[in-house]
Amino acid sequence: MSSWDNNPVLTIEHLTMRFGGLVAVDNLSFNVGRGDITALIGPNGAGKTTVFNCVTGFYKPTEGRVVMNRSNGEHYLLERMPDFQISARAKVARTFQNIRLFGGMTLLENLMVAQHNPLMLASGYSVAGIFGLSSFRSAEREAVEKARYWLEKTALIDRADAPAADLPYGDQRRLEIARAMCSGPELLCLDEPAAGLNPKESAELNALLQYIRKEHDTSILLIEHDMSVVMEISDHVVVLDYGEKISDGTAPEVKDDPKVIAAYLGVPDEEVDAVEEEVGL
Amino acid sequence: MSVKSDNFFMDSVKDAAAGGLIALALFAVLIGMKAEVASGLGGQLGIVYRWGAVAVAVAIVFGGRLLLNLFVWKADTPVTQTAGSLLPNLQSFAPLGKYAMPIFLVLAVVLPFLLMSAYGARGSRQYLDLAILVTTYVMLGWGLNIVVGLAGLLDLGYVAFYAVGAYSYALLAEYFGFSFWICLPLAGILAAFWGIILGFPVLRLRGDYLAIVTLAFGEIIRVVLLNWYEFTGGPDGISGIPRPSFFGIEFTRGEGGFADTFGLEFSSIHRIIFLYYLILLMALITNFVTMRLRKLPVGRAWEALREDEIACRSLGINTTNTKLTAFALGAMFGGFAGSFFATRQGFISPESFTFIESAVILAIVVLGGLGSQIGVVIAAIVMIGGFEFFRGLEEYRMLVFGLLMVIIMVWKPRGLISTRNPSITLSGKKGKGISSDLVQEGHG
Repeated sequence: MSSWDNNPVLTIEHLTMRFGGLVAVDNLSFNVGRGDITALIGPNGAGKTTVFNCVTGFYKPTEGRVVMNRSNGEHYLLERMPDFQISARAKVARTFQNIRLFGGMTLLENLMVAQHNPLMLASGYSVAGIFGLSSFRSAEREAVEKARYWLEKTALIDRADAPAADLPYGDQRRLEIARAMCSGPELLCLDEPAAGLNPKESAELNALLQYIRKEHDTSILLIEHDMSVVMEISDHVVVLDYGEKISDGTAPEVKDDPKVIAAYLGVPDEEVDAVEEEVGL
Repeated sequence: MSVKSDNFFMDSVKDAAAGGLIALALFAVLIGMKAEVASGLGGQLGIVYRWGAVAVAVAIVFGGRLLLNLFVWKADTPVTQTAGSLLPNLQSFAPLGKYAMPIFLVLAVVLPFLLMSAYGARGSRQYLDLAILVTTYVMLGWGLNIVVGLAGLLDLGYVAFYAVGAYSYALLAEYFGFSFWICLPLAGILAAFWGIILGFPVLRLRGDYLAIVTLAFGEIIRVVLLNWYEFTGGPDGISGIPRPSFFGIEFTRGEGGFADTFGLEFSSIHRIIFLYYLILLMALITNFVTMRLRKLPVGRAWEALREDEIACRSLGINTTNTKLTAFALGAMFGGFAGSFFATRQGFISPESFTFIESAVILAIVVLGGLGSQIGVVIAAIVMIGGFEFFRGLEEYRMLVFGLLMVIIMVWKPRGLISTRNPSITLSGKKGKGISSDLVQEGHG
């Protein structure tokens, strides 16, 4: 029994997702350990993003259960919850493969939108806010401080009042992570956070994810193609192929799994070594 | 040089001649021959030839094409480019924008007195009436701006809420004898209620579908008002709607009237001035609430919704409720404006709430610049004021109106004021405006 099975933050049990005749995810079960960085990898079309969409409520799974175990002992059956409540109550935040920022709003505004629910409560559902009561103003100040903290952590503080769409690609990726963190998640789901980043940015991302995991009681589930990110920071790797789990274990275990090598490379054994070196496995 | 210019001229003439030839072929039949029932031939059909008119039409096409060739299409520096640079660009307006708000506000407050001193009580009445009309549209524009400009929901049936507000007041006054001051909030609440009723089933639709359903809703309300004869009076409308009182003091001649109470000489203009200040106050409240909400989480959620709905949901925002609040608030301000309309006119009928009204209000919002409050004011003044001002031109004003629209769409496709101001800044200063190229228009 591995460490992630003892105290999982997220349990996925027999998850199946069918789109008509296509089985995108087939009877998938795995655990995401509390405080771990878990990577979900697999070739293109393996069903990784579908799993994400099931976890964050954008799809309703055909079969199976997705259980979020919060650190305060509450359990949430995510497959039964509307998507916005998964973020608001079960504290699961996500980023998107194709970045979805509020481009016409400033960085600070983006992070303020992420703190919508606590601020809404503080503004007395806008009634107290219209009259400018002090309780709302102090809540707003706190929210700005939280946003400032994450802008500093992601090195975006200099451009806090610039529109998000003006940022370079790498900065937009980091802003999306900062925005997700501003909603105070216990599980952060990152869909290809390193896609399109250069090696330097990729290393910075690794440091940021390590920091989030260490300092913020936040477990991380990520989809990634960049093996340098996966192998360096993940505690636990789950490999999908054609919607089925083919391997599950620590990074070195998975790396040497012949099934994984076959799924990724699909070549006879004697050629594997050569290609393996090429991709840095 | 001369060779080139010779060629250039000859080419232009050839091209224009070709255009003229095509025009001749078309117009020879279209204009040149006209079937007419000649009275002299006992009701038989005959053809009347009009070669003079054809010659004129062909000459216009030839001349027009030649001029366009010489000065625009084949010229080294097209005239349009020079003309384009003559039009002011955004940057030159930037310092003006800072002072525009206070200037407009002061002007709006002193307007009745300015008019009174310039034209006298009798002469200023028509201008005051126009000012009331413009201000009503400013208020409607501001109300719709919440829905279309901030939340990005395309509402083509906004006039329905205006109608609900107007009929709420008229019917409550007729059946229960309620006064304007009681009915005003009730009309707003009822309009908001209808906003929610419409919103619940409709807000899961997006973009064009939402536009069509709201359009249909606007028509349904009008058709119900038209056909429910026993209750609403149908096409006869409702007349004798009570006029508003100055907090209980009627604007009547003699004892206990407004003029008597305040020791003034009675004049019918008092009520007009009061109505003007009333709608101005209501519009300013609309503006105040909207500007305030923009800086609150709900306002930011509206704008985020316009930018990206899926991202909103991933951040725990209940998008249905957020859309509903935008819809209900916009409807509420529409309802307030409607009950003001009813009390000003004293008579309402379904004819006042046709689709063209929705279109005009939407045009004000779009021309002014989505989400821009001051833009709505400018657009309302230009559109409603201009419309009334050019009444003397009769049907040609539609032509002027259309031309104006085309010019604005070419010159500033995102509306007059198209920059978005951040709702909050880290530095605490008023942030730099965000270019409209980056701001999404919403997908419903």
